[in-house]
Amino acid sequence: MPVQIRGTVLTLRRVDAYHALTLVAPAIATKFRPGQFITIAVGGPETSMLGRRAFAVHDVRPDHGGTVEIVFEARGPGTRWLASLRARDTLDTVGPLGRPFPIPRDPSSCLLIGVGYGSAPLFGLAARLRERGSSTDYLLGGDSAERVFGALTARRNGRSAAVATTDGSFGARGAVTGLMEQIIREARTDVIYACAPVPVLREVAAIAGRYDIPVQASVDVPMACGTGVCMGCVLPVTGTDGITRIVRSCVDGPVFRADLVRWDDVGTIPFDALGAPGWSARGEWGGGQPPHDRGVIRGVVPPGQQSYAG
Amino acid sequence: MPADMRARLGLTDLPNLVLSASGCAGAGRELAQFIDVARVGAVISKSIMAEPHTGNPAPRLAETPSGLLNSVGLQGPGMDAFLQRDLPWLLSRGARVVVSIAGQTIREFAGLATRLSDTAGVSAIEVNLSCPNAEDAGQPFALDPQRAGSVIAAVRGSARYDIPVFAKLSPDVTDIVAVASACVAAGADGLSLINTLLGMAIDPVTMRPALAGKYGGLSGPAIRPVAVRCVWQVRAAFPDVPIIGSGGVRTGRDALELLLAGASMIAVGTEIIHDPSACSRVLRELEEELAAIGTDRAADVIGQAHGRTPRGLAWRA
Repeated sequence: MPVQIRGTVLTLRRVDAYHALTLVAPAIATKFRPGQFITIAVGGPETSMLGRRAFAVHDVRPDHGGTVEIVFEARGPGTRWLASLRARDTLDTVGPLGRPFPIPRDPSSCLLIGVGYGSAPLFGLAARLRERGSSTDYLLGGDSAERVFGALTARRNGRSAAVATTDGSFGARGAVTGLMEQIIREARTDVIYACAPVPVLREVAAIAGRYDIPVQASVDVPMACGTGVCMGCVLPVTGTDGITRIVRSCVDGPVFRADLVRWDDVGTIPFDALGAPGWSARGEWGGGQPPHDRGVIRGVVPPGQQSYAG
Repeated sequence: MPADMRARLGLTDLPNLVLSASGCAGAGRELAQFIDVARVGAVISKSIMAEPHTGNPAPRLAETPSGLLNSVGLQGPGMDAFLQRDLPWLLSRGARVVVSIAGQTIREFAGLATRLSDTAGVSAIEVNLSCPNAEDAGQPFALDPQRAGSVIAAVRGSARYDIPVFAKLSPDVTDIVAVASACVAAGADGLSLINTLLGMAIDPVTMRPALAGKYGGLSGPAIRPVAVRCVWQVRAAFPDVPIIGSGGVRTGRDALELLLAGASMIAVGTEIIHDPSACSRVLRELEEELAAIGTDRAADVIGQAHGRTPRGLAWRA
């Protein structure tokens, strides 16, 4: 269960192009599991910014009773306000929120893909994976060297660490997906975890699908509440029953099985989604079966056998 | 001693007059992680349609100064799922439930009211008149007094006699009193105002509308003065019709302002998105405001701004 607390700013520091903010928030730190996020109300008590800002948790530490650290880029009025805070300022903080990364029961070869500050939640996940005997390979990316987050930590803690930047200023030139297949083959990857913008996740899901590797993707979708009331952060996701629903990434995610997200339809309402215009539970298709459901075996559909385009 | 915050909604006694507004409290479960839903005056459900509804594509929200634009498009599970899952859960937690209904035809509204009449535990029906009318080129019912009245007459005619029917009005009209008047004449037991104002935002980077639905409903403190004006005008015209006042309530002081304008209950909406425990905080702050002005019953300040001294008001120094 998430809690709403006043977190106290412990430190705020620059990390290349980003900011890292550490909050004293014991009630959140003790409940946190990798992949979950927190929301912060920005702008102070009389703020004109009504949406809360959501941040993946980078690190949780036991000092001061429990701290959580977030990494963000100051690119709008809300995050610029956050970047201007000082130690001992307090913040209306809610968390931990959302579905965490599932951890494989048996030791596995895990590939962790992160783009920009999106890689922040991967390091806590990696620690948890290593505790369970899994190995971790990192693949990090960004527009340029100062927009790759955590490469040093990745080099230190990972079995391997590869970097790709758009401008070639650090590691290979190009997108992370360009290096993916080589790593998958060399590391004999069993599971992929990815935190990246939607177009990258879509590409990651497509490549992993060809190798039959399950992907747990953490989506970066703008949110306003983080608790599920505002219905703003929706995505079309197919359930294991084969029915596509418009789900909220804050409560049903932010971590999704990538093969179930209809990446090509993000930002649309697919015609066959439950409740879409013209959809009918007992209409002409009968028996509660939307048209795309014909021929799909009910139950768990193996990854790679799902049509991303629906 | 804290002020008496109780209110009455038809035959239901509410422990307090601070409600959660439709579409801002999810199914109630989302809020229950942060507050006790039994201590909210009443939970007004998301607008429920007859069938499951996906709503509009994303992006659905845009932040504006002290406001939020939304074009969620009434995403919801449909009446069957609401009655099977959400309503029983709220009742099991001791909440009082006002069910907001949304339809695209008058018949659909009447059908929804009939369904709710066969159900126990519905404290009131709130009729979302801002739905597009399928028989009038998608023009919302709320914009036309006669059509709004027809919907209310149909709902009142179909709903069980002991379930009060509240008409939720849109501020996007030239004369809100005319719409209120048509609804009252059609049998509305109360009025709920205001719904969002239609607005728009354009992203200067993409040079396209910020919302996939182009227009959206504007809510939040930006619209509070409009809410105060609407509540005032409707209260002046119908002093005996109960009003659920909503629109940009963020603090107890904001709630007090709407009570003074003539609302007999307050609904907290967008502020819940900003602060999930807003309902209990606004109630606490309202109690403090009332204590500060020396009133021991919240009911005593209702409509005070109109200058007529209500019966039973105990003046204090």
